[in-house]
Amino acid sequence: MALTGLEIYKLLPKTNCKDCAFPTCLAFAMKLAAKQAELAACPHVSEEAKAALESAAAPPIRLITMGDDEHKIEVGNETELHRHNKTFFHMPGLLVRVNDTQPLAEVQELVRQIDGYSVDYVGMVLNLDGIAVEGTSGDPATFAEYVKAVRAKTRRPLILMGDDADVMKAGLAEVNGTTPLIYAAKPDNWEAMADLAKEHKAPLAVYSEGLEALVNLVKEVKEAGVEDIVLDPGVRDFHDSLSTLTQIRRLALDAKPDRLLGYPVIAFPGEATESVAEESMLASQHIAKYAGFIVLDHFEPAVAYALLALRQNIYTDPRQPVQVTPGIYEINEPGADDQLMITTNFSITYFSVANEVEGTGMPAWLLVADTEGLSVLTGWAAGKFDADKIATTVKSTSIADKINHKKLTIPGAVSVLSGELEDELSGWEILVGPREAVDIPAYMKVWQE
Amino acid sequence: MSNPPRIAVQIQDRKPSDWSPILMSVWGDVMEDPATWAQAAEDLGVDLLLLHLSLTNAEGNHTTAEEARGVVRKVLDATGLPLMVFGPGQIEKDIELLVAVAEEAAGERIVLGVCDDKNYKTIVAAALAHGHLVNARTAMDVNLAKQLNILISDVGLSLDRVLMDPTTAALGYGVEYGYSAMERLRLAALQGDSMTQQPMLVTPGEEAWRMKEAKVGKDVPDAWGDWEERSVTWETLTATTLIHSGADIVALRHPESVRRIKEMINRLWKKEE
Repeated sequence: MALTGLEIYKLLPKTNCKDCAFPTCLAFAMKLAAKQAELAACPHVSEEAKAALESAAAPPIRLITMGDDEHKIEVGNETELHRHNKTFFHMPGLLVRVNDTQPLAEVQELVRQIDGYSVDYVGMVLNLDGIAVEGTSGDPATFAEYVKAVRAKTRRPLILMGDDADVMKAGLAEVNGTTPLIYAAKPDNWEAMADLAKEHKAPLAVYSEGLEALVNLVKEVKEAGVEDIVLDPGVRDFHDSLSTLTQIRRLALDAKPDRLLGYPVIAFPGEATESVAEESMLASQHIAKYAGFIVLDHFEPAVAYALLALRQNIYTDPRQPVQVTPGIYEINEPGADDQLMITTNFSITYFSVANEVEGTGMPAWLLVADTEGLSVLTGWAAGKFDADKIATTVKSTSIADKINHKKLTIPGAVSVLSGELEDELSGWEILVGPREAVDIPAYMKVWQE
Repeated sequence: MSNPPRIAVQIQDRKPSDWSPILMSVWGDVMEDPATWAQAAEDLGVDLLLLHLSLTNAEGNHTTAEEARGVVRKVLDATGLPLMVFGPGQIEKDIELLVAVAEEAAGERIVLGVCDDKNYKTIVAAALAHGHLVNARTAMDVNLAKQLNILISDVGLSLDRVLMDPTTAALGYGVEYGYSAMERLRLAALQGDSMTQQPMLVTPGEEAWRMKEAKVGKDVPDAWGDWEERSVTWETLTATTLIHSGADIVALRHPESVRRIKEMINRLWKKEE
């Protein structure tokens, strides 16, 4: 977190030499704090001061990258406790764990399914991010065989899990070019694990129970030269995960941040839960409350879809009106005689309307105008959803070729446009729908009759 | 945090015509009679009931005030659970039915909903006259929620008889808007703003079960997985997410969701009992 002007001043030479072009060191310090000057402008600053200032300028939670250019997980760089204050930046990686004591063929089949899993969500293709391979066997050759087999089935990022550095080393030899996450350095193995992380330029998870012990271990690992660190505070259940992960995020973002907690956190929602159902709920806590990596113990498509959608929702930037792509949306497989409605491309407007229409089970065409993400009334007030825009939307799409009628329903909130629209869209009949999306089903029933 | 979130089950005055087949089959015959349905919900170990009044009766005519009274009386007689009664969501009908219901349930301290910026004067008057609470619904916005609380307290209802309902959207359909509105309301409350210090009621069951993910079982992508598991997951993850942003009462629909959310709440609160 940024230092104050006075804190920076203490680190400067305090000579008021003016070589930085500011009248005093204090004035320069104030400009630095306001990010209106660069430290490089001071030729006399000491190396220690430079290091202290640079580290203060670093993001409060380090960005950790794994995988390769094609399949990458990037987590960290978060700056907020609450998404409404700005946004959350990097969605947590969602991975599934396999074990080298499971039958190999079973693991291969599971990895194939996970790798191929993809689901369409509001025009986006969502995937799971990778596989965690755990070396429970304790045998280097077996672990290596499994890592190799998993790698053969997926190019997505891997987390290699094990306590024994020799086993880990054998696994690392098989990851084949992409950066895995090594899990984990613990109080009794950290030196060997840190060496492996440095050798493979891989991020390293650090495990210790209790934040104080964790901080101490992170410090040792860091001093051993590992920069890319992921935290595992050893908490697993609903209660402790929420409080500990919140505490870590708070401390990392504090005005006097704990730099040793400024790393993404890894979570294992399957470990403290007894079913895929409980695991899914704990994973949803982790999505909202501060996990950087979530390692699932079950692959269940229904749950994967829900978690991927939730992750997308929570990491939506609240500062940007969320838009859907303008165009023609077919709901419940409409035919040429089915009704046509128009709305705006503000996502909440769109989803409210689309959901109501979808919920009726009745087929309909929904035209979505490009209002730059504004809702119906705001769009109308801003001139982005006026008669001209609606007419243009009708004409610029192929909707007229898809239907046998020329009846367009507009939202009730812009009923004033109907006259003007009938002039602009000659031959069309403009119908006025309900003001609220919730009344659409009733409206549609009447239309149908 | 002394009071864990409470679970309501949503039931209707008559067998719903537009609910997911999954819900129809899991509740089965009890849906024929609101009193039996209420008892079945109570057997699940829920904390309260949310009774929705329909716009029309089984014959297709508008539900009358007498019918609404009858149903509420039956449900009150059938269970000892605290009751919330929501109107059909059409302003004139809500007022007509809720005013009658308030009188019928005098002294039972039920929650009347939905109370919004259009009907609040009448609903609050009914609550005041017969000793009830109101559910103050606004559209996912801190200031609107606050404003409605001010209006309600201006017409004389004490703020310990108000639930805030900042509106829920389902997972995948804008849940983040409700999530952030609730986080902001809770933060404002903790900073001492008395007009945001009311418990929050949300309806993840109703929202999740309106969505295609829960409603539709065939001709959907394979990646959506098993229908029933998906539906219940949709409901439980919506509820879990909202509980993590401050929900005090979640209204659910599926019995399995009730079991799951109950277990989740127990685990989340385990160390502070």
